[in-house]
Amino acid sequence: MMRLPVARAVAWRTLHNVFTNPSLFIPSLVFPLFFFVAFAGGLSRVEQVPGFGFPQGYTAFQFVFVLLQSAAFGGVFTGFGIARDFESGFARRLLLAAPNRTGVVVGYALAALVRWLVTIAIVTGVALIAGMQVGGDGVDLLGLYTLGLLVNVAAVLWAAGIAMRLRTMQAGPVMQMPVFLALFFAPVYVPLSLLGGWIHAVATVNPVTRVLEAGRGFIAGEPTEVAAAFGSALAMGLLLALWALRGLRRAEAAG
Amino acid sequence: MSYAFGEQVLLLARRSLVRTLRQPANVVFPLVFPLLLLAVNSGGLDSATRLPGFPTESFVAFALAVPFIQGALFATMNAGTDLARDIQTGFLNRLALTPMRGIALLAGQLGGVVAMGIVQAVVYLAVGLLAGVEIASGGLGVLALLGFTVVVSLGFGALGAFVALRTGSGEAVQGVFPLFFVFLFISSINLPRNLIEMDWFRALATANPVSYLIECVRSLIISGWDAEALALGFGIAATIAVAALALAGVALRSRLERS
Repeated sequence: MMRLPVARAVAWRTLHNVFTNPSLFIPSLVFPLFFFVAFAGGLSRVEQVPGFGFPQGYTAFQFVFVLLQSAAFGGVFTGFGIARDFESGFARRLLLAAPNRTGVVVGYALAALVRWLVTIAIVTGVALIAGMQVGGDGVDLLGLYTLGLLVNVAAVLWAAGIAMRLRTMQAGPVMQMPVFLALFFAPVYVPLSLLGGWIHAVATVNPVTRVLEAGRGFIAGEPTEVAAAFGSALAMGLLLALWALRGLRRAEAAG
Repeated sequence: MSYAFGEQVLLLARRSLVRTLRQPANVVFPLVFPLLLLAVNSGGLDSATRLPGFPTESFVAFALAVPFIQGALFATMNAGTDLARDIQTGFLNRLALTPMRGIALLAGQLGGVVAMGIVQAVVYLAVGLLAGVEIASGGLGVLALLGFTVVVSLGFGALGAFVALRTGSGEAVQGVFPLFFVFLFISSINLPRNLIEMDWFRALATANPVSYLIECVRSLIISGWDAEALALGFGIAATIAVAALALAGVALRSRLERS
């Protein structure tokens, strides 16, 4: 009932803060661009490793990772903002004023989503200018960006849960590190089949691997592991929604 | 009671080290994060060793050079942030009222950074040896690696100190970190320069001094005694150290005059 107006107000304020403060927006834009340049530019020879076999080339291969990484870190950076709101006392006043407090979490999630959409629009433009080949059609690309959207939502819910439990900016590494590990313990540089040893074992059970492989299938126009990827992303989102809502209750209890 | 210059440096180096050790995040993060990246990269890029012309069959051995440089970057941030905090809290102003020489503060601070750099280097080496890496240059090479670590830590520590002294702000020091990160990644960090396919990236990596720092450490680990790589690596590290120390010295004098 009162959830949407609260969500809209929180999202508007967060987005206003982000887009009028370069020190908040630029890192979330520059990091994915930088990783794209460093990986797609510096490692393109890796596609010549026997068995690599990705028809759209290394730029498209790395673009999918950068898309998911920007989605995840867009969520984490929004989590930093939530922690800052708690540290400054703003979030306490927000909790007192909001008739529906779940709307506060929804608002932060909406802001993270809009922030990521702006970032990925720019990153996609840069990738296309750099000559990225896209094999998938409109439906495939919709699938790819929807996966990114689900990852963004899951990441912001994770970060919000941490921010509302610890309520300090010092919680930044706690938000970042698990997301970093989940992303990098997936087949970042080569397909899963070319990984060996312990990293292959970890990547095989890592749900991010399903999302990454499906994303690469979409951009190549050869969808693969679609059900597993959407299932993993949705399951992560649902579990982390519970995590964030319990965090909200903890913040309410802390007063 | 007046302390001799050496004692002043020792006291401040001890303070710098103890302060770092009392902040677990400042010890754990520079140790763990480079090792995590080593694990991720060496696992993910192991198949790159099958590229024709790759200099070793072990990507762990190839990538082990990176934590040395990355650890130094983290140490830089810690050193700069601590010094900036001394400025922000007024410690530097109070110190300026004592007979302590300003240069002792810089030497002491950097002494702590170098000590941490050596601890980090020993940990990285131990992890590499446990992972099965054989140091091609042998025991003397290990000593050369530690010597290189001292020069690199001193240089990067002085850079962090310079930014802290110029700006007096911990946030400004932290703000420089992404710039160092760019230098690290636009280098021969993941592939030898001759195997980088994109011309523009290879040109940037060739112009980037961090490539030569990494290649110096890498040569000692995977190819033995390579005079050119060592001369370039030690030369660039020493140049950075001398220039950064000179800049930090000037910035310190100007900061003390203002206080």
